[in-house]
Amino acid sequence: MEYISPEAAFANTTKTILCCECGIAIEPNPANMCVACLRTQVDITEGIPKQATIHFCRGCDRYFQPPTDWIHCALESRELLQLCLKKLKGLNRVKLIDAGFVWTEPHSKRIKVKLTVQGEVLGGAVLQQVFIVEYTVAHQMCDDCHRTEAKDYWKALVQVRQRAENKKTFYYLEQLILKHRAHENTLSIKPIHEGLDFFFSTEAHARRIVDFLNTVIPCRSQHSKKLLSHDVHSNTYNYKFTFSVELVPISKNSVVCLSRKMTHQFGGISPLCLVLRVTNNIHLIDPCSAQITEISGSHYWRDPFNCIFNPKQLTEYVVMDIEPIKDKERKFFPGQGPISNKHVLADVWLTKASELGINDNTIHTRTHLGHVLKPFDSVLGYNVNESNVNDDCFEKLNKDLIPEVILVKKHYANKRKRAWKLKHLPRDDTSIGTGNQDYNEFLDDLEEDPLYRQNINIYRNKQVMPVDTDELEDPFEPRITLEEMLDDLNIDDPNEMS
Amino acid sequence: MAVRVQFENNNEIGVFSKLTNAYCLVAIGGSENFYSVFEAELAETIPVIHASLAGCRIIGRMCVGNRHGLLVPNTTTDTELQHLRNSLPDSVKLQRVEERLSALGNVITCNDYVALVHPDLDRETEEILSDTLNVEVFRQTVASNLLVGSYCVLSNQGGLVHPQTSSQDQDELSSLLQVPLVAGTINRGSEVIAAGMVVNDWAAFCGLDTTSTEISVIESVFKLNEAQPATITTTMRASLIDSMA
Repeated sequence: MEYISPEAAFANTTKTILCCECGIAIEPNPANMCVACLRTQVDITEGIPKQATIHFCRGCDRYFQPPTDWIHCALESRELLQLCLKKLKGLNRVKLIDAGFVWTEPHSKRIKVKLTVQGEVLGGAVLQQVFIVEYTVAHQMCDDCHRTEAKDYWKALVQVRQRAENKKTFYYLEQLILKHRAHENTLSIKPIHEGLDFFFSTEAHARRIVDFLNTVIPCRSQHSKKLLSHDVHSNTYNYKFTFSVELVPISKNSVVCLSRKMTHQFGGISPLCLVLRVTNNIHLIDPCSAQITEISGSHYWRDPFNCIFNPKQLTEYVVMDIEPIKDKERKFFPGQGPISNKHVLADVWLTKASELGINDNTIHTRTHLGHVLKPFDSVLGYNVNESNVNDDCFEKLNKDLIPEVILVKKHYANKRKRAWKLKHLPRDDTSIGTGNQDYNEFLDDLEEDPLYRQNINIYRNKQVMPVDTDELEDPFEPRITLEEMLDDLNIDDPNEMS
Repeated sequence: MAVRVQFENNNEIGVFSKLTNAYCLVAIGGSENFYSVFEAELAETIPVIHASLAGCRIIGRMCVGNRHGLLVPNTTTDTELQHLRNSLPDSVKLQRVEERLSALGNVITCNDYVALVHPDLDRETEEILSDTLNVEVFRQTVASNLLVGSYCVLSNQGGLVHPQTSSQDQDELSSLLQVPLVAGTINRGSEVIAAGMVVNDWAAFCGLDTTSTEISVIESVFKLNEAQPATITTTMRASLIDSMA
């Protein structure tokens, strides 16, 4: 037996022919042509367009993905590559091996994609080819931008209205919306006389905010739609939807007069009640007995009542003497509603601050503010005796039972700068802005009532240093502690919230 | 000198013609163009004969022959046989064979001295073949193809084989045949060599698609031009000497 070295055996089995086109020695292949000649003979990229157009919306920086989609994609991203490859028609005839971007100037409106494809040619030979496809980025406005341009972008409108003298409930609502981010889907927010308009692109978004308002504020809503266009062939209707939301016209620190029926319904509460606060219910307190009640929105709309005194009518009084009423001296009756244990009922003798030292006759009344008042404190209240009230329920009351003065809150004379602030909705203009008296009173109310502010976000104002408690003249003055404040996230624009 | 020619727009001219050193058979076509090319090249030396076998034009694939004789399948009619007998030179023996593999041109290839045949060919046919054509017969394959008549073309000067034939197989075959062989293609890369060309000791015809590279390979291996012997023949000499020793 002879030993045949593997090299010799290999050398003997080599096959060589001349390429039939150019005559260089090659391994025989199904086409019997060298690769270079094969390339000149066949083009596997034939039928694949080398140029294509993709559409781009300049308004929203999105690319058009046929048939109807518009997608965001960065330059040289996977998504853009996918979009580009979908544009090429003949790619299913060859096997795509690799695809990548060739750098182009970002503003050139050209995108170049380098493709590597494999195809079968001339009876079984597989040929690989690299080629570049150039895409022209053409401008086309997308439907959404088109509607915006045509001022026809909103489908649904939510009109929030409050027919009341002061807008505190609105400021409160604004904070609630901000805290729960209920305004995320709004296209724009427009202040209108007595309220705000919220615009939405779909009816579902509008319904969501209406539902949100129904849960956080006593209100009622109505729904209507207007037919814009109608296609008889496809049976589609194009509507604009309008939701009218009316908030209760009752604000904090007003005095309301309940009907006789209502006083029975709410545990025999006195008809003249002070509005403690308006959250998802209306919280009332009877200043003469400290009896409290909550009235829900549905109750209110069944039997609406009016404000008879508004915070604008508040008069300043000075406490001359005060005497808390002991529990045993108070009258209770069966079926009486709950009585507040946070308030102390007191007999109080007052003088008008404007008549201090002129008129020695003190006015006697009862108040629920016994826990905060001391002699010579300044206090705000409504002068019932000297006011002219137009209200049916009020006129039916027994005049002997009506107190001369209804005290509302203690008055703090010296105002400090607040160490906190609130955020605001991005409104188109600021006609229900932050500069007016109502807004300042709203801020005061937040400071004075922890229950009122528990549902909203309060942000720390870094420009004002929080003062130490010991340095204050009045340690009982209401303030918001640092723990309740949130640190505002300010990355780029420090003036945005100011 | 190799000539490019087409039979009715078809490049597979080896199917429609048979060329030996003593005669040339040409299929009866719709026009005389094909015949004229052969006639112009060969008429001075050998007879160029219009022929059909069993009523078919594919005579190149159905018969096999050299200057000593011609084998035709037994489907050949008497009239055709008579016509061939009348046209062929007297020195050429004409023989009809009963063979299962009736496309004799596909299963047998030969020159004036040796023949390669399909391994399954009848023994009787093999005997007739060696008697009629005066050749030594070898049962062989070319690049693992049994149809040696299709994938191999021989003349007394050289031979062209299937492109997938390894150099080892080429050496083995050329020592059997005692002629230099080369692997190549015809008709721009076609590997069915015998279908694409016919050759004798001084002339060759190939399909119109044949490239100049293929022509130059053909001319050098069949020594059709009066130029220097190609490198292939010089390298082949080693194996020739080797087999004689």
